Amino acid sequence: MTVSKNQIVQWLELVATVLHENKEYLTDLDAAIGDADHGTNMDRGFRKVMEKLPSVADTDIGNILKTTGMTLISSVGGAAGPLYGTFFMRGGMAVAAKEELDNDDVVKMLQAGVDGVVQRGRAQLGDKTMFDAWAPAVETLNTSLENGDDLVDALQLAVNAAQQGMKDTIPLLAKKGRASYLGERSIGHQDPGATSSYLILNALLDVLES
Amino acid sequence: MKKLINEVDNVVTEQLEGMAVAHPDMLKVNFDPKYIYRADAPVAGKVAVISGGGSGHEPMHGGFVGMGMLDGACPGEVFTSPTPDQMYECAKAVDSGEGVLFIVKNYTGDVMNFELAAEMARDDGIKVQNILIDDDVAVKDSLYTAGRRGVGTTVLAEKIVGAAAEAGYDLDQCADLCRKVNQNGRSMGMAITSCIVPAAGKPTFDLPEDEMEIGIGIHGEPGQVREKMSTADEITERMALEILNDVAYTRTVREFDRENGEWIEIEITDLAFEEGDKVIAFVNSMGGTPVSELYAVYRKLDEVCKDFGVEIVRNLIGPYITSLEMQGMSITLLKADDEILKFWDAPVKTPGLRWGV
Repeated sequence: MTVSKNQIVQWLELVATVLHENKEYLTDLDAAIGDADHGTNMDRGFRKVMEKLPSVADTDIGNILKTTGMTLISSVGGAAGPLYGTFFMRGGMAVAAKEELDNDDVVKMLQAGVDGVVQRGRAQLGDKTMFDAWAPAVETLNTSLENGDDLVDALQLAVNAAQQGMKDTIPLLAKKGRASYLGERSIGHQDPGATSSYLILNALLDVLES
Repeated sequence: MKKLINEVDNVVTEQLEGMAVAHPDMLKVNFDPKYIYRADAPVAGKVAVISGGGSGHEPMHGGFVGMGMLDGACPGEVFTSPTPDQMYECAKAVDSGEGVLFIVKNYTGDVMNFELAAEMARDDGIKVQNILIDDDVAVKDSLYTAGRRGVGTTVLAEKIVGAAAEAGYDLDQCADLCRKVNQNGRSMGMAITSCIVPAAGKPTFDLPEDEMEIGIGIHGEPGQVREKMSTADEITERMALEILNDVAYTRTVREFDRENGEWIEIEITDLAFEEGDKVIAFVNSMGGTPVSELYAVYRKLDEVCKDFGVEIVRNLIGPYITSLEMQGMSITLLKADDEILKFWDAPVKTPGLRWGV
């Protein structure tokens, strides 16, 4: 199966909807171990992306994603802005000029995005960050596709892995970001960045399934 | 809960509009992207000092724009780091050609956004350097955390480095002085109430009537430990001693290699306070605590410092780095040498701090 440009646009639109619906939930997660702005920031960022999208929806997928990244960098703020901004910009660079994506392209896009996040934020597995959701997701996607699964099935497994990674952040001691100042008080709370990451990847699955 | 605001979405914009009409002699405001800058910028022959951070800490940073302190300040949404385009456009507006110093509080978001901004400014041919403030002793190590947060020393650094820039220090000299101030300052904060982020509409955390948070940052996030409320003397003594007894602190920070446009890690160490040190003592209200209570704190701080053998030679008492309406206070002690004192005493004219003019 190939992923069309239209589906990428639909993905971003669904992300905006999902983040808006989960604004309070994400903010509450962030109040527990942060400063209570993750939901608000992501909602604002993707609303700005929605404003920008019509003007680039006819360009190549790489450019759509790059524009998404740049818009997020200039509108989200906090740590999520540079991290998600870098994710979409690097993802966009990996699929520059593409009008549609095959399985390889999807993996390259997500891998480049996640590598960008690690370079910018310097997180490691187990630090209790969004990386704890992305890392298992991308690894699972890769393995599943190599085993011959089709994209939708592989993505379902990846989403399950992201969800598990998100839940697995609950018992972790935060070593990055604002949560790290809480020390042991960060234990027992789900990381907001890992949560929004799962929601974003799940939205891609929803679009490809329908 | 009640707030003196109009529409939640317009809180920051309306605040900036108010500052612009209140202080046209000192500053101007750009609204898209948002930044506050000196009315007479760019000032010829001078390094421009820029800081920024989330709104909600007023008067920091916008209230410190003016002669002898900041050339520019970039306000994010409440408690949210500003975005790189703000710092980049601000840098372009205030750079005289002598370069720009970004004073950056050590919070993950601030650090990353200011790094992106430095990269953008450099690509445009602007000389830029980023210096971190990481003075909060409540964070014990930097190995398993994001490192010490930038709190009270930020205000002192903006004053001291701002004066040095005004006196003609070049970019490297300003950066060196800022690094020195950071390495000589230590702070700790506490809260007796939370605060309410306008967009959230409710307190960030629930603090029972008889409890306090020790070791807070400035964004309304929970502190390191929560305990039963105590007296001003007991709280002050405990926090002051934690500052004075803090051992030498070593960590790596990222600074900008201007030539290659890369970030290099350097290791820096804060030495511990010693008997005989002279300090600037800064007792700060988190916003909701009245000045009268700060004076009781200062009275005890003065006593504790004398017992330790440290001499307070200057002080600053009041709300200068706040967390909206949070009740609480922070203490900052900055070891001061002649250079630091000279620039502390130098004239300053900003909405938030004014003397010598």
